[in-house]
Amino acid sequence: MAISTLDAIDLSRNFGSNIAVNDISFSLQKGEVLGFLGPNGAGKSTTMRMLTGNLAPSDGSVKICGFDMVANPKKAKEMIGYLPEMRPLYKELTVDEFLTIAARFHKVQSSKIRRSVDSAKDKCGLTHMSKRLIENLSNGYQQRVGIAQAIIHDPEIVILDEPTVGLDPIQIREIRKLIKDIGKKHSVILSTHILPEVEMVCDRVQIINQGDLVFNGSIEDLKKQRRGNKLLVGFNNAPLKKELLAVEGVTQVDKIDNTMYRIHFNHEYVPAEEIVITATKKKWGLFHIAPDVTSLEDIFVQLTQLEK
Amino acid sequence: MIINIARKELKSLFASPMGWIILALLMFGFGFLYLDGVNKYFEVMSGSIRPAERQGITIFVGQNVYGAANFLMTVAIPILTMRLISEERRSQTLPFLLSAPITLSEIIIGKFVGLVLFLSILVIYIFVMLSTMNIWADIDFGYLIGNSFGLILLIGSFCALGIYFSSLTSQPIIAAISTFIALFAMVIFGNLTASDPNHWFGHLSMAKHFQSFTRGVIDTSDVAYFILFIITFLTFTIRRLDSDRLTG
Repeated sequence: MAISTLDAIDLSRNFGSNIAVNDISFSLQKGEVLGFLGPNGAGKSTTMRMLTGNLAPSDGSVKICGFDMVANPKKAKEMIGYLPEMRPLYKELTVDEFLTIAARFHKVQSSKIRRSVDSAKDKCGLTHMSKRLIENLSNGYQQRVGIAQAIIHDPEIVILDEPTVGLDPIQIREIRKLIKDIGKKHSVILSTHILPEVEMVCDRVQIINQGDLVFNGSIEDLKKQRRGNKLLVGFNNAPLKKELLAVEGVTQVDKIDNTMYRIHFNHEYVPAEEIVITATKKKWGLFHIAPDVTSLEDIFVQLTQLEK
Repeated sequence: MIINIARKELKSLFASPMGWIILALLMFGFGFLYLDGVNKYFEVMSGSIRPAERQGITIFVGQNVYGAANFLMTVAIPILTMRLISEERRSQTLPFLLSAPITLSEIIIGKFVGLVLFLSILVIYIFVMLSTMNIWADIDFGYLIGNSFGLILLIGSFCALGIYFSSLTSQPIIAAISTFIALFAMVIFGNLTASDPNHWFGHLSMAKHFQSFTRGVIDTSDVAYFILFIITFLTFTIRRLDSDRLTG
């Protein structure tokens, strides 16, 4: 049986009359990477701040490995490594100094500090930067220091708030790989608004919009919504619509432009072969045939605008 | 855990030129006062023939040095305390402390202890400097120890007030200016009612309570005043940060 390491129960948070997070419940399993998706201002960061004890919830509770965040904050916080959106780095210190302090603050035994600093640096590819001042590091390396700081005490749960924002594509790939590696041993929650990132890194997705949880399921569920029953077909000598409709299995044809068509069909049967055969027979000049996938962006927009 | 926070503060103070510069300037200031005190002593004492006019060198030079601590600290401490919390607010490093398994009280007390330890270097320096008079004179070490104790209490109170103002804003400069104004007011309060030494208003003044130390007296009511002052402002600071967590 899967063990849940984090439980958020009926979590709500108001800022004055403005409801930032509205009655969210979810749990996180051991060794799971959970993606937190949502447009800007959806309440992702607020939720994360509540999970890490930086902000008191207006209602509801957070349990970390069974320890309540309000009743037993010290125990609960020991289990968490957190990287906020704005990385909290003391820039006047060197990487080694900063990580040593982070280890000490997170109650790593003094005899093990050296080792855990080394292993965190190793995991994040920081070993050759040990003696550099954090101030002088590039954006990507600073982000790595931020992640190293979050995993230094080998926590049960690592919470990362938009870990790839503002990085270049190579750094993003490296950070994603790093998150995947972390996910093998720890539970990870990461928030983002970049959809492909979720697809690449996460096991499970939660979409949050205007403080409400609008989707909670595995990445497979999300992908299922993506795989449509449509084909995108291109012809050089475009036939008439009714000629296409005559092909077996085709239920609807939408014309996109002079050469491209979107062909709808029934779920069970893909009429790709029939279309190709008919097209070559009648010399339509077929040059493109591919499944037409709804982009994750579209699903995201659908889900987040459902309420409106 | 308090010690760990204090160690971090000390590290940060020494990692920036600010800490070194303030320490150097204060040492220069106190060194100058010491030299001035010794020079004046010879001037004044060579003029006084009758034994009744004579005064010990310890208290004469000591009053010159410790008596000015009030004003030197009023200028120096706001610059040191301003960054303690508002800098963390501005560079958004508070979540690092708040999500670690440390209580708010430990964070604030740790920062306070760190800064007081830093300024204790100065107290020790002044003590050693005044002790050098022992080479040619026979000085009163009790007076020096009493004053060092008083100076630590004064520094502690100033720091506690500074930390509180630092927790109110995310602009270090605003924290520094408001701390300076508050400290300045605390120090000169007493002068407003100087004509009546027993006026209740005068008892609020920090200068009045520190004065008894420079006279060589350790009065429990003065010690209690400073300790209560420190506890009050540290509690205010903790409450202030806690309300951030509650109200966001």
